[in-house]
Amino acid sequence: MSELILTRNFHLPGSHTLALYRETGGYAGLEKAFAMKPAEITEEVKKSNLRGLGGAGFPTGVKWGFLPKGHPGPIYLVINADEGEPGTFKDRYLLERDPHALIEGMIISAYAIGAHLGFVYIRGEYVGPWRIFRRAVEEAYQAGFLGKNILGSGFDLDIIIHRGAGAYICGEETGLISSLEGKKGWPKLKPPFPAIRGAFGAPTIVNNVETICHVPHIVRRGAAWFAGLGTKTQGGTRMYSVSGHVARPGVYELPVSVTLRSLIDEHAGGLPNRRRLKAVVPGGSSAAILTAGEIDVTMDVDGLKNAGTMAGSAGVIVMDETVSIPDALMVVARFYAHESCGQCTPCRESTGWIYKMTRRIIEGKGRKEDLDTILDVARRGAGTTICAFFDGAVGPYISYIEKFRAEFEALIPK
Amino acid sequence: MSALGAVSVQFTREQLAEVRRLQALYPDKRAALLPVLHLAQEAFGHISLEAEEYAAGLFDLSPAHVHEVVTFYSLFFREPRGRHVISVCHNLTCHLLGAQRVLTHLKKRLGVDVGGTTPDGGVTLLSVECLCACEMAPMMQVNDRYEGNLTPEKVDRILAELR
Ligand SMILES: Cc1cc2nc3c(=O)[nH]c(=O)nc-3n(C[C@H](O)[C@H](O)[C@H](O)COP(=O)(O)O)c2cc1C
Ligand code: SF4
Repeated sequence: MSELILTRNFHLPGSHTLALYRETGGYAGLEKAFAMKPAEITEEVKKSNLRGLGGAGFPTGVKWGFLPKGHPGPIYLVINADEGEPGTFKDRYLLERDPHALIEGMIISAYAIGAHLGFVYIRGEYVGPWRIFRRAVEEAYQAGFLGKNILGSGFDLDIIIHRGAGAYICGEETGLISSLEGKKGWPKLKPPFPAIRGAFGAPTIVNNVETICHVPHIVRRGAAWFAGLGTKTQGGTRMYSVSGHVARPGVYELPVSVTLRSLIDEHAGGLPNRRRLKAVVPGGSSAAILTAGEIDVTMDVDGLKNAGTMAGSAGVIVMDETVSIPDALMVVARFYAHESCGQCTPCRESTGWIYKMTRRIIEGKGRKEDLDTILDVARRGAGTTICAFFDGAVGPYISYIEKFRAEFEALIPK
Repeated sequence: MSALGAVSVQFTREQLAEVRRLQALYPDKRAALLPVLHLAQEAFGHISLEAEEYAAGLFDLSPAHVHEVVTFYSLFFREPRGRHVISVCHNLTCHLLGAQRVLTHLKKRLGVDVGGTTPDGGVTLLSVECLCACEMAPMMQVNDRYEGNLTPEKVDRILAELR
């Protein structure tokens, strides 16, 4: 077994309390961090090869480096806890079982980027996790880890917890910012990137919960240690959410060099009922599907990119031989049709029509030209929209049909 | 959740104090709109047009702006709902592991369709996108709680406890 970092306390009763967090070495990274210069921390995070774990896989230290130097006004740190990518549930575990890890990560990250106000945007449905995290923030204030002059460092940080209200698109960082500002969650055209002009018009760093939870460990144990856990281009471990047709669904923290086959067979216990594997979605529903023959890939950002799919949010959905891929695509297409924010014509129209077409195919009313129409519409729309939501829908549209075309054709009347 | 019957759309003194606290908390007052709408829904049971206008007044926004926000988010209810809300996840993993069976069972037991509320105002049934608890699929949200690894028997037990 490889060493657990983020999930090491998950099995302990009271893992969400300040007392237990401190007993197990929590908040010990702070002193070391405050003894460093902010820029040194950013440099360390760069060298660690930490890459964003919310979906896009962008190098975290590089993103921090985009902030304007010597900015006179406020800078904000925004934590994306809007977890909504189908197949993903890791951030819920972190909020519920180790909320102080996120708080410590926020303190160090905010210090590095020069932010004195941090927001945590938690999806509205996560009521239990929100309550636990809120309690942890109160504890941290009482213990002097938040507020003014933290541990006598002269550094101040306040945290505001902001609850979402049900909209997948608020997980997209600029949609999230719109929602944080009290508006509907419409994404904004980039550039300007949030690091230049984000929340309330100020330079803003948006990072995923899990990304930030790694930061205290990087500071404490060093960039070289963290980089060494992973591959050449991505350091560390990450939390894989595994669900579907596996014996032991759940969160598995593993080095990013783990293969998909090992994740499914060794860690998640393989498929139940002696069934055979048919397909896997490796990185949340927006990732292209892989066939049973394509699972000897490493689960790092570049490994999955080279395999024609993406690491995304590391939500792994396993499908056995009994699954109808057209039926699965209908479910996925329904999701994208429902969640499109409607701003861009290609996204709004295509997601709606593609859902209708996949539905009529599984109802036996498909037309011969439907499959090519879907592929054509998906390819034309890709890359033309305000945000990456539509590209995320295109991943499944194209891959499900291209890799399992015969199954779709069998449903279409001759 | 509010009791049945007429509700006047008006925060109490304490709730108004909370509104002011929230408005002062953020760098921009308007950012408090979502938390205040959550508060309104808690206080009034749902967010009617009247409640939208009331909220607009608290923010110096036009009612149309508030309406645009309320209608964007799935957790803001514009019609009265039951004392309990059950939301069954119908996304991919839950679908693969029997969400349809769970939904069919609930429809039968409650005698309502998706979107409906039982005649006694007890339960509203919804079918929703991924709640991000796929490890316990098939699952559903019952008010604030997540309930997973659902079987018809487990669903019956949960319903019995709600009554
Ligand atoms: C449609 C869409 C949904 C997204 N949902 C989430 C989400 O739920 N959680 C998340 O952390 N990132 C999500 N992202 C990615 C964010 O836009 C952003 O890249 C991320 O929060 C940055 O943090 P990171 O660099 O630490 O990953 C989503 C992106 C898109 C396009
Ligand atoms: S791509 Fe879709 S979700 Fe993104 S802004 Fe455009 S319409 Fe909205």
